[in-house]
Amino acid sequence: MIISSINTFGKYCRFLTQVFRAPDKWNVFFKSLVAEIYKLGVDSIPLVIIISLFIGAVICIQMTLNIVSPLIPSYSTGLATREILLLEFSSSMMCLILAGKVGSNIASEIGTMRVTEQIDAMDIMGINSANFIVLPKIIGFTLFIPVLCVLSMFFGLLGGWFIAEFTSMLTVETYVYGIQSFFNEWYVWYGIIKTLFFAYIISSVAAFYGYYVKGGSLEVGKASTNAVVASSILILLADVILTKLLLQ
Amino acid sequence: MIEAKHVSKWFDGQQVLYDINATFDTGKTNLIIGQSGSGKTVFMKCLIGLMTPEEGEILYDGRKIRNMNTAQRRQIRTEIGMLFQGSALFDNETVLGNVMFPLKMFSPLSHKEQLERAYFCIRRVGLENADNKYPSEISGGMQKRVAIARAIALNPKYLFCDEPNSGLDPKTSILIDELLSDITHEYGMTTVINTHDMNSVLGIGEKIVFINRGHCDWIGDDKSIFRAKSESLNDFVFASKLFQEVKLVLEREAEAAQK
Ligand SMILES: Nc1ncnc2c1ncn2[C@@H]1O[C@H](COP(=O)(O)OP(=O)(O)O)[C@@H](O)[C@H]1O
Ligand SMILES: [Mg+2]
Repeated sequence: MIISSINTFGKYCRFLTQVFRAPDKWNVFFKSLVAEIYKLGVDSIPLVIIISLFIGAVICIQMTLNIVSPLIPSYSTGLATREILLLEFSSSMMCLILAGKVGSNIASEIGTMRVTEQIDAMDIMGINSANFIVLPKIIGFTLFIPVLCVLSMFFGLLGGWFIAEFTSMLTVETYVYGIQSFFNEWYVWYGIIKTLFFAYIISSVAAFYGYYVKGGSLEVGKASTNAVVASSILILLADVILTKLLLQ
Repeated sequence: MIEAKHVSKWFDGQQVLYDINATFDTGKTNLIIGQSGSGKTVFMKCLIGLMTPEEGEILYDGRKIRNMNTAQRRQIRTEIGMLFQGSALFDNETVLGNVMFPLKMFSPLSHKEQLERAYFCIRRVGLENADNKYPSEISGGMQKRVAIARAIALNPKYLFCDEPNSGLDPKTSILIDELLSDITHEYGMTTVINTHDMNSVLGIGEKIVFINRGHCDWIGDDKSIFRAKSESLNDFVFASKLFQEVKLVLEREAEAAQK
């Protein structure tokens, strides 16, 4: 178990040395970079918006229901909603969800290219296939993830605002006052920095699992499941380490 | 000319190729034949350097691929065209995009000249009306044609085809075989084709290398294949009813000649 993990890690590192090379043709690279940003990033916006809206709303309801002590000021609902969103939800939870969407997409796409010999076809032409296929994905997704993170923060807070506006649980004024009080800008940066690492983990790990698929379509499915599991665990691990480093 | 010298290959301790010696001639369609699972694909992947044999040497016109550095290896790869068993077309590119792909990556030509070359290759394989279709929208035979057009886009010296007519009906198979043979003679390429199809053997078998369970049992051409002494080859050749009839005719001829 331990030995096989070390083996896999070694293979992953070797894979990265192939991926991180200067592209053969920069114009081709930029074209596929734009395509990947669109496919992996822009296409994820609706999912991020919907999930953030609902989770923001739910957090706001939970906070209102559970903070019922007269000692705690009512604006703390908004404050707590904001802190949860900025500190954990919009970075870590969002990336766990995106590991499912983007990670499985990357792993199955590259895995299919492997089993249908498209990767061999590139190798035969003398193209560094790992670099050609994977680098635009990693760079594209990592470049775009801050946008998703900020969108998630915004729409999460908006979700809470809907609760304040359309229910009688709390007033809009206390909510808005709450989400503005004791604001620490660093928390936004903390969230964004975390997502950069998570995006890199998702895209590189998923690409790694897809690139080394052997066999047929069954194995492609397995690889994409494994990619999601592995990247989720690594995200959680990285979350602990980054939080310790960035917030202490 | 491509030479394979004493090529042996193992997978996880299991030997699949046993000391294969063969040469493939320039300007000819060279066939590698054998049953499914006999090691044809593995041998071809060793020839082109997608796999490295544990023992033996591969030489391209005298150049050993084992000794090459990365730059030389890339150089030789631009001289190689390959047709994969499942066509291996890029799903997210159109027919034109697929043929343009190697040109975009390697050709020093201007964009306009690259397009001209791509359309020339597309016309050469008879697909002028399908250039904007995606691989999933065209038939298996057409996909093979696209793969051929892509393989010859950079005017390769060496063309490799892994089972070019697997999954095709006999008539389409013959058309693909003829196309490959014509292209080979037109451009003087060294073409190596994997096949288990006796029709191809008789149609375009200018040189034939027979592989049986990883051993090279016989080398010859389409004229001598029916008179070969190799037992395993005869098993392979005369497996079908049709060729058993051929065998009877041949035997009768031989008897008549003796009298
Ligand atoms: N990547 C691989 N790993 C392990 N064994 C392999 C691999 N590729 C092929 N083999 C084995 O090598 C043998 C020859 O396969 P192959 O060359 O594909 O046959 P074919 O003549 O049908 O093309 C088979 O027994 C196959 O199981
Ligand atoms: Mg095969």
